[in-house]
Amino acid sequence: MTDQTATTVGEAVSRIEPGSSIATGLALEHAIPFAAGHELLRQGIDDLTLIGPISDLLFDQLVGGGAVSRIRAAWVGNVSAGTGYRFREAVESGEIGIGDHSNFSIALALQAGAMGVPYLPTRSLLGSDVFERSELFREATDPFSGERIALVPAIEPDWAIVHAQRASPAGDVHLWGNTGIVDPAVGAAENVLVTAEEVVDPEVITSDPSRVAITREQVTAVVECPFGAHPSPLAGHYNRDNEYYLEYHRRTKTQAAFDEWADEWVYGVSNRNEYAERVDADLSIAESTVAAEVRYGQ
Amino acid sequence: MASEYTPRELMVSAAAAEIEDGDTAFVGMRLPLIAFQVAVSTHAPNSMAVYESGVVRDSPADGFIHTMCDLPNLNRAVSTTGMIDIMSRLQRGDVDVGFLGGAEIDRYGNLNTTWVRAGDDEIRLPGSGGACDIACMADRTVLLMPHEPRRFAEEVNYVTSPGYANDGSGRENHPAPGGGPSALVTSKATFGFDDSGEMYLRSVHPGVEPSDVLADFPWEMNTAEDIVDDEVTTTPEPTDEELALTRTFDPDGFWT
Repeated sequence: MTDQTATTVGEAVSRIEPGSSIATGLALEHAIPFAAGHELLRQGIDDLTLIGPISDLLFDQLVGGGAVSRIRAAWVGNVSAGTGYRFREAVESGEIGIGDHSNFSIALALQAGAMGVPYLPTRSLLGSDVFERSELFREATDPFSGERIALVPAIEPDWAIVHAQRASPAGDVHLWGNTGIVDPAVGAAENVLVTAEEVVDPEVITSDPSRVAITREQVTAVVECPFGAHPSPLAGHYNRDNEYYLEYHRRTKTQAAFDEWADEWVYGVSNRNEYAERVDADLSIAESTVAAEVRYGQ
Repeated sequence: MASEYTPRELMVSAAAAEIEDGDTAFVGMRLPLIAFQVAVSTHAPNSMAVYESGVVRDSPADGFIHTMCDLPNLNRAVSTTGMIDIMSRLQRGDVDVGFLGGAEIDRYGNLNTTWVRAGDDEIRLPGSGGACDIACMADRTVLLMPHEPRRFAEEVNYVTSPGYANDGSGRENHPAPGGGPSALVTSKATFGFDDSGEMYLRSVHPGVEPSDVLADFPWEMNTAEDIVDDEVTTTPEPTDEELALTRTFDPDGFWT
């Protein structure tokens, strides 16, 4: 069994080349890989194309840090407060390119990539300006029914970055709670980086195979990274840090203000443990839910 | 006599009233998060919520939720699946009602959450999220917006979420399978849509005059009197039970 374990988040992220396309923030507001994102900024890996559904703050932070050339997403902002100021300014000034999607169209683009087909059809999009003002999609006539239909071309990102509860050193991953578009994105991506709250013995993973969301042949690197999704929540580990989202909104209205924020939360922090010590919020889960015993049998 | 309440608390009750018992509701961000929980706790105990993140619920969350992915919304869910699954239910026609917000709306219920104009400038908003999909494919949609005249446009600057065609054909020639908007709830009034897809004033919230509401729109708006030969009624106030529930689900009034 190959050990895919990277020594640190920094080492894992250093494998990502400038100019790469990266799908991330895939479980929507849940389990967003903020630790890996901040490491991209610290290492100055830039000219990135970001791909995601509702990316929440992570895309805004990467834009503010100058790492992004293009975004293909359905929604970019701050779910608690609405606007993501760095994204908004960069799009309005033409500093970054934008390919607008709906959530379903970004899901279908990655699903097509995962299935190895050039496109997938949908009954969504037609009649909207997401379709009409875009070069990304095509209208077609369904050859069977004759109905008008929209075609969504496949996306095959260079990387997908996923945060999960636990993984084995080989890269078999348990992820629970809602998964958004993790599955299609992992299937479509050339490389997959997994940051996990815990790296565990393989026996822990094989004790519950139905909970495995990603298997080793899809994974390029896996690294233990406790608290790696903060300020987003991770099922079973910590709640959403809403005050962080509101503070980010208050403090990033200008680029200079963002730079000051980033000096405190990104560039002035050498690793995730140091970061975790700066978080002054009780995010512990009130009710430790334990699922009923699972029996597979033989 | 109901207690004092905020306009957004009334919007929650009005939105909850749009969920019928047994409905599958596609629940998005903000007020609908609270409205579904009120509906399933009162008149619609057999309704089910699906969220684009993959959550499926048949009960209120056990704690305040800022977003659909907050852990109280995952805890004791019916299922936590993925987006392809949820959006496929929508595409198959299995979603009865979807909720949408918007920065701008026109008389045919077309919504803009992508690019708005302010004088010569264009302002970039966060974009569609799942809104375009819900607008295209839900059997009916309920739209929620603060009542601000700048949000009511003769023609929206960008159609993020399609409503009805502006030629009076409703959804007849529209390729999307969904039924289109059935109601708009603002902080002053509720509106319906007639057979041609045009918005009309259905009810005003307590203390609001119909003439004040109509003056806020840049077009001549019909009322229930013109469309269904019915008076413009007064939106029901939240009941004490609905208010108590809303304040349980949003104890600090973050969304309400």
